[in-house]
Amino acid sequence: MSEVTAQATTITFSRPESFSDAVTHYCPGCTHGIIHRLVAEAIDELGIRGRTVGIAPVGCSVLIYNYFRTDFLESPHGRAPALATGLKRVSPELIIFTYQGDGDLASIGMSEIVHAANRGEKFTTIFVNNAIYGMTGGQMAPTTMPGQVTATSPYGRNVEEAGWPIRMCELLSSLRTPAYIERVAVHTPQNIVRAKRAIKTAFQNQVDGLCFSLIEVLSTCPTNWGLTPCEATQWVQTNMSPYYPLGVFKKPEPRLEV
Amino acid sequence: MARILMKGNEAIGEAAIRAGGIYYFAYPITPQSEVGEYLSRRLPEVGGVFVQAESEVAVGNMLFGAAASGKRVFTSSSSPGISLMQEAISYMAGAQLPVVLINIMRGGPGLGGILPAQSDYFQSTRGGGHGDYRVLVLAPATVQEAVDLTMLAFHLAEKYRNPVLIAGDGMIGQMMEPVEFPDQFEEPPLPPKDWATVGARDRAPLITKSLFLDPVALEKNSIILHEKYLKMKADEIRFEPYKVSPKNRAIIVSYGTMARICQTVIDELEANGTSIGLLRPISLFPFPERAIHDAAVAPNIELVLTVEMSMGQMVEDVEKAVLGKKPVHFYGRTGGIVPSPEEVRDCLLKLLDGGKAK
Repeated sequence: MSEVTAQATTITFSRPESFSDAVTHYCPGCTHGIIHRLVAEAIDELGIRGRTVGIAPVGCSVLIYNYFRTDFLESPHGRAPALATGLKRVSPELIIFTYQGDGDLASIGMSEIVHAANRGEKFTTIFVNNAIYGMTGGQMAPTTMPGQVTATSPYGRNVEEAGWPIRMCELLSSLRTPAYIERVAVHTPQNIVRAKRAIKTAFQNQVDGLCFSLIEVLSTCPTNWGLTPCEATQWVQTNMSPYYPLGVFKKPEPRLEV
Repeated sequence: MARILMKGNEAIGEAAIRAGGIYYFAYPITPQSEVGEYLSRRLPEVGGVFVQAESEVAVGNMLFGAAASGKRVFTSSSSPGISLMQEAISYMAGAQLPVVLINIMRGGPGLGGILPAQSDYFQSTRGGGHGDYRVLVLAPATVQEAVDLTMLAFHLAEKYRNPVLIAGDGMIGQMMEPVEFPDQFEEPPLPPKDWATVGARDRAPLITKSLFLDPVALEKNSIILHEKYLKMKADEIRFEPYKVSPKNRAIIVSYGTMARICQTVIDELEANGTSIGLLRPISLFPFPERAIHDAAVAPNIELVLTVEMSMGQMVEDVEKAVLGKKPVHFYGRTGGIVPSPEEVRDCLLKLLDGGKAK
């Protein structure tokens, strides 16, 4: 009986210490909550909560600072990598991460992310790609799929006019400097486990003093896609995954002499 | 320390270091590139940081991130570059972060030119970016004053947790003059930086932000900022009178390099028996309204002449200060043209005596 009691009181799953107890504002079926949790778990497991500062984006995750128990800065739209650069350069002992959506990172903030990555800034970026502008009401993003209907592509994304969706992992991994770039997804339990491993590695790289790491996470937007949560996870699998292949694009290399 | 001959831009860079400003983010632009060039050599010697950013947009936001640490951060730029930083300046003012910005002004609008001007007065003193905010604005007239005000700017930025702008002009940046640096930067004690986001090790998490979705909370933040600006208006007005006396027939209001040219005019006219005084604002925000008003309403004053290297911007603040009690005139050139003493003198004499000196 005592053994049974002991088993029953063993905590096997609980809220990460780095997570606050606030209720998130995200839509049902949106995977921001899962990605937040993976980040919080990684911070906890590395024991870095007390020296971590997050940089919040503009977009759906603008209120991310309400959900973490770490210091946070709220950034102008797209500029999170510049804020992270400034803070990390003057306080290299801090662990700094940006958390950015696709409009924030791949559109208005393209310059900041490319140059921060190319300078090899020693922070971590979590890039959430849901192929649409969520917070402003479902407009076309740089990552919107060809033919995808959005509020500003009512006839479907026309690649003749809007170009093809930008693949950030491929683009950034063409740079020599960044340490680690991986694309993951969170639409199945198996993928969530892989995403966790990648996010933790990206933070571990920073703890180890390696330069820039970016994890792109394919995410859902049931509300603006006009799908149920279950349909949305399927949409990631069938529509996004073929164009945005999962995998490691860049690994840390031995430092090369110039 | 002995007096040494230094170019304005380089002296500003050295002054920043002497004040503890060793974290510098910038993008090159004429006519102030020597600030960055000088600091790229000096900062490694003092354990500082120099990041040449990809754009002034990024510079502004690097300052935002770095300033949140509580360390003394700064940039230097010139007019079009400062325009690109306005987004971040608005955010930093909203989030109450201390930062020092050096603007070595050139002619505009747009790409304009690379020669000296004072045509960023409105942008500097009215906020420049979006929202209800102000920055402290200090305008040096000599290289030595550029040194002194740059050092002071770091103190004021922390005292008020607010951006402070040094409004110099291309002439100040490019000229060489003897300067003296204090051996040690003496400043009154400042409050603890309990607002710095340096990790929630032993306290509740801090959030540095300018986003307030609740309109009541946003208004409250704007009221807090406004009260701070009122305190600046009470405590941080700086100006210098030059030959202001009851004998004055006119008062010139001018700042920066242009004020020095006006001093030459005043000296020359004094030798010929015409008494003119100069009121030189050193702080452009807060503006020395009371001092200008009091000088202008003196019995013998016939008029006030505002002289600027612009098409007339500060003149609006002078008119506001004088309250219609005396006529306020304006003389200015822009586009990089610095008015000569003769131009200013002729303008003044025409206004006073129809062109004939008394």
